[in-house]
Amino acid sequence: MSELRELYQEVILDHYRRPRNYGELPEANREAEGHNPLCGDQVTIYLQLQDGLIQDIHFEGAGCAISTASASLMTEALKGKSVAQAAHLFENFHQLVTSDDAEALPAPDLGKLAVLAGVREFPMRVKCATLAWHTLNAALKNTGELVSTE
Amino acid sequence: MTLTASTSTTRLTPAAVAQLRADFPILGESVHGKPLVYLDNAASTQKPQAVIDAISRLYTSYYANIHRGVHQLSQLSTAAHDEARRKVQRFINARSDKEIIFVRGCTEAINLVAQTFGRQNIGPGDEILITAMEHHSNIVPWQMLCQEKGAVLKVAPISDQGELLVDAYEKLLGERTKLVALVHLSNALGTINPVRQLVELAHARSIPVLLDGAQAVSHIPVDVQALDCDFYTFSGHKLYGPTGIGVLYGKEERLEAMPPWQGGGDMIRSVSFEKTTFSGIPFKFEAGTPDICGAIALGVAIDYVQQVGLAAIADYEAELLSYATEQIQAVPGVRLIGTAREKASVLSFVIDGVHPHDIGTILDQQGVAIRAGHHCAQPVMQRLKLPATARASFAFYNTRAEVDALVAAVYTVQEMFG
Ligand SMILES: Cc1ncc(COP(=O)(O)O)c(C=O)c1O
Repeated sequence: MSELRELYQEVILDHYRRPRNYGELPEANREAEGHNPLCGDQVTIYLQLQDGLIQDIHFEGAGCAISTASASLMTEALKGKSVAQAAHLFENFHQLVTSDDAEALPAPDLGKLAVLAGVREFPMRVKCATLAWHTLNAALKNTGELVSTE
Repeated sequence: MTLTASTSTTRLTPAAVAQLRADFPILGESVHGKPLVYLDNAASTQKPQAVIDAISRLYTSYYANIHRGVHQLSQLSTAAHDEARRKVQRFINARSDKEIIFVRGCTEAINLVAQTFGRQNIGPGDEILITAMEHHSNIVPWQMLCQEKGAVLKVAPISDQGELLVDAYEKLLGERTKLVALVHLSNALGTINPVRQLVELAHARSIPVLLDGAQAVSHIPVDVQALDCDFYTFSGHKLYGPTGIGVLYGKEERLEAMPPWQGGGDMIRSVSFEKTTFSGIPFKFEAGTPDICGAIALGVAIDYVQQVGLAAIADYEAELLSYATEQIQAVPGVRLIGTAREKASVLSFVIDGVHPHDIGTILDQQGVAIRAGHHCAQPVMQRLKLPATARASFAFYNTRAEVDALVAAVYTVQEMFG
C-alpha cells in the first residue's frame, strides 16, 4: 500500500484531475501525436519553438493518471527551456523512472518531476510515464511520425 | 490417459469448486504478498495439473515425431495426436475428425479461412459482414483480404447495452455478401450472440458463416452441428490447455473445396519437381510438424472440462457473474459496460474519474489480476465512446470470496483517488 501511495501521490492526482497547459496551442509550430497501443492512451504535444527555445508547450489527450500527470508536469518543467536542456531532462527523467535502485535520489534539476519516482516500482507503468516525453522528442525532431510505445 | 478432475457433478457446489481449485497449482500462489485472485480468464485460463502432467508425460516417456516413424514411439505419439483430434471432434460435436484442423490458435484459424476460402471466393465489390463487437483477430484478417481483393468490410451495429441489432444485421446481408464472420461470446462485453438465429438468417441467403468461439468454448456447451455454422475457431489456452494450439472446425464439403494454405511436409500425397498432389483434409491444412504436445495436452484439457461438465460450468459461472454484477454495481461511481441480456463470464466496468489502467495497477497490489485496456477490441470501445475498461473475467474455479476481494479492491481504488 505504501508503494501505491508513493505512486499515486497528491501531486500526481492533482495534475491528473487538473492538467496544466492542457489543450491546443494556436501558436504551435511543432506537433506530434503519441499513443500506447497496450492501453489506448493517446497524447498530442504542441510546441512553440523559437531560436532553440521552447517558448510554449501544451498537450492534449486521454490517458491514465500516470501518463496525464507526467505530461502535465513535463509541460511545466519545459516552458522556457532550451532543446538541449529538454533532452538532458528527459535523460534524467528516464533514469528516475527506470532505475533499479529504489534509494537512488532524483537528479536535482528534475524538480517537481521527482514525484514520479514511484513509477520505478511498477515496471508495467514506465511506458505511461514516458509517453509524453517520447512524443515530445518526435515533436522536436519534427518527424511527423506517430509515436508508439510498442 | 487418466483423468484427474477431482469431481464430476451435474452442479458445481462451493465444496466441489474448492476441490477443483486444488487441481490448479497456480491458484495457491501469492502476488505482492496477497493470495492470487485470478480474474483474467478471458485473456487466458490457468492449467490443471492433469494438463501439466500430460505435457511432462509426453516428453518423459513417448515423445517422437508423428506420422513418419515406423518405430514404437512414433506410433504412440501418433496415436495420442490422432486421439486428441477425435476428442476435439466429440467436444464440439463435429461430424468427422477430418473437420478438425489443428492450428496455432484462434487468430491463425481465422487467417487460414481468410487466405484459403476468402481468397478463393471473394472478389472486387464483394462484402464480408462482421459485427461492431469483434476482437481484432476477427477484423484485421478480413480487412487485409478486402484490401487485397477490393472487397468491402461491412459492420453490423450493436446497442449501447452491447447487443447485436439483429434487424440491422439482417438488412446488411445482401447479394454481395460472401461471408459472415462473428463472435460467439464477446471478450470485451460478455455478450452471447444468438448465433443459431444469425447463421439461419445468413444461410437463408446461402451465405457461409464463421463463428469466433475463442471465448465461448470454455463457458457454454458448443455443438457445431446444431449451430450449423460453416467454420468455428478457438484457442487451447483459453480452454485450460496450453498456448500455441488452436482449432479450426470446417464443414467437410467446405474444407474439401478450399485450396491448401501453407505448403510443406505432411500436407502432400506426392511431390515431384513437376507436380505436387495434396493430401486430403485435415492434413491439407497442416503443413509441417505440428504442435504435437499442444494437441495432446489440449485433448487432456478437454477431458478435464468435460469431466467438470460444461452445463455445470455455465450454470455456476452465470450465478457467479450475477453475484459479481450485483456487488460491483453497488459501489458508488462504478458503471458496468456490456449489459446484454444473454451474457457470460465477463464483467467490464469503469469508475468515474479513474482510468482503467490505474484500476488495474491498484487491484494488482491487492493480488487481484484483471485486464485493463481495450481488450483487442478497439472498435467496441470507440462505439461505446470509452478509451478502455477494467475487465474481470471468470472461470469455474473462481469463487464468491474472490468476487468480494475484487469489490474490496475497487473500494481501495476509490479511497486512493478519493
Ligand atoms: C473473441 C476472441 N477472438 C479471438 C481471440 C484471439 O485468440 P488467440 O489470441 O488465442 O489467437 C481472442 C483472444 O483474446 C478473443 O477473445
